[in-house]
Amino acid sequence: MLEHLLEVNNLEVSFKTYGGEVQAVRDVSFHVDKGEILAIVGESGSGKSVTVQSIMGLIPTPPGKIKNGEVLLEGQDLLKLSKREMQKVKGSKISMVFQDPMTSLNPTMKVGKQIAESITTHQNIKGPEAKERAIDMIRRVGISNPAERYEQYPHEFSGGMRQRIMIAIALACHPKVLLADEPTTALDVTIQAQVLDLMKNLKDEMDTSIILITHDLGVVAETAERVAVMYGGMIVETAPVNELFNNPKHPYTWGLLESIPDIDAADKKRLVPIEGAPPDLFSPPKGCPFAPRCKYAMDVCVEEMPPAFSIDSGHEAKCWLNDSRSPALKELVSAGRQLS
Amino acid sequence: MYIVKRILIMLLTIWVIASLTFLIMKFIPGDPFASDADVLPEEVLQNIRAKYNLDEPIAVQYVLYMKDLVTFDLGFSIQSETRSVNSIIADGAPASALLGLQALVIALALGLLLGIVAALNHNKVLDYASMFIAIIGISVPSFILAPLLIKYFAVEWGMLPVASWGTWQHSILPTLALAATPLAVIARFMRSSMLEVTNQNYIKTADAKGLSKTKLVIRHGIRNAILPVISFIGPLFVSLITGTFVIEKIFAIPGIGRYFVDSIFNRDYPVIVGTTIFFSVLLVLTLFIIDISYRYIDPRIKLTSGGE
Repeated sequence: MLEHLLEVNNLEVSFKTYGGEVQAVRDVSFHVDKGEILAIVGESGSGKSVTVQSIMGLIPTPPGKIKNGEVLLEGQDLLKLSKREMQKVKGSKISMVFQDPMTSLNPTMKVGKQIAESITTHQNIKGPEAKERAIDMIRRVGISNPAERYEQYPHEFSGGMRQRIMIAIALACHPKVLLADEPTTALDVTIQAQVLDLMKNLKDEMDTSIILITHDLGVVAETAERVAVMYGGMIVETAPVNELFNNPKHPYTWGLLESIPDIDAADKKRLVPIEGAPPDLFSPPKGCPFAPRCKYAMDVCVEEMPPAFSIDSGHEAKCWLNDSRSPALKELVSAGRQLS
Repeated sequence: MYIVKRILIMLLTIWVIASLTFLIMKFIPGDPFASDADVLPEEVLQNIRAKYNLDEPIAVQYVLYMKDLVTFDLGFSIQSETRSVNSIIADGAPASALLGLQALVIALALGLLLGIVAALNHNKVLDYASMFIAIIGISVPSFILAPLLIKYFAVEWGMLPVASWGTWQHSILPTLALAATPLAVIARFMRSSMLEVTNQNYIKTADAKGLSKTKLVIRHGIRNAILPVISFIGPLFVSLITGTFVIEKIFAIPGIGRYFVDSIFNRDYPVIVGTTIFFSVLLVLTLFIIDISYRYIDPRIKLTSGGE
């Protein structure tokens, strides 16, 4: 079997708070191949951001703690690296674009310098040449007059432009993996599409892989090649993007897909929410985290954590319904449960 | 345009301060010659009052004073009549300014350092140690700290000279005594500012670039955290260089601090108004310089003349 570019195995991250220990990420495993875009979707608090920040070593410790797992980049475990070794990886092999472009740039530093800083830190390139490279990056992220823009400060840029600068910073050293933590959430819809297109194009140019965190299934459909659905600190379903939309195998994924508003619907329907609230991660349930909200939950769901059932090549779902012994959905419905 | 407007406003400010001080002083009961009233005959007193225009209506006195003021003549002291207020300031200001500058440099250097160290070691031993020092600095008044410094460094251990002014060794203890409180205030201020900056998203961005801890702290942390501290330096600078009554009294320093206080007890009107104007001119000028320099320190601030 081919080695994956980035492989996360059995990652467990928790945070100590006054209220107790929050188990934010529980036994998460996934991988990304070269040149691939993997989307991680899930609601707020499902552990998406914590997962990617652990990859980057950006979890503040304490209160955070990576309790278990490995993050293999080309076979090298990043979690075992010293701080100094990790500094060499951050920004050069793996880099990150954050959610809020308005606050993610240093307000007192010229944007050009913020890009050049990334270059001089990792490559043996000095002042004027780094500036040249930074100006080139500003051009490549689609900003006109790059030489003038180099000298400007973040407050002279709009939100979309700032996110382009963030992308320029992240890609300045041609990283192998780009982690994008909800890069378009804070932007207008029209700007969102531009930024996503930009990321896709640059990914192809630079042969970078992308892990895209989002809670917008529209973004997923448009951008990603594979999808991991997170719920309650776990990945509940992974599948190629078409498979996930056409043949989802986890009730939470069904809920997510149903809750997308349909602009073409002839009759005015109410929006379909997923009833209930996400699990309490201070004391996560021992069974499936989605069971309390699941219309199809069986006794086994509450009692025991479902394993990852392999549905198809590259498609896995952690749901007991995929066990060959589980009753068909029809029987569950006739037993008094309602299908929407 | 902005600068012209600012200068006009500064002149206006100084005029208002001068007028208010002048008028308020006149309304305080008492008189520079109150203690002489029993000894001197009425006619002599009348003559003395006339010499200082004190027999004129307040409006006339005010106009006469303002006339002198625009020619930078602050008048003569009533208490020691051979000395002009200008010469009192010229004699006293250098010592006070030197002492104040030294104290400011020390307060800034150590205060910022303590604040940064505390913030970087948030809730650890160094944080508690720094803040312990800071709290002592804030809560021990200078009139206690100064005698303590003298007792140990000068009397018990004989390391440093006191009770005169001349060599730089003489200035060490008063500088320390004067610097203690502003040092502590700056340390606490810098700590909270630094803690706030550390939680900003752009620090995470810089961290994700793989910068070393040193570069992260200096380029992205301190640079931003120091901005609010700068606005605080202006008034501090002025209050330090215009002398302090307590420190100058304890260490027998020939500064102008004591004139601020003595002149009020003596109703020495020209000295009161003169030193107050001197103080406000310095303050207004310093604030002006700080505002201008903000333009270069914080790129988000543009100098504009309107309130758009």
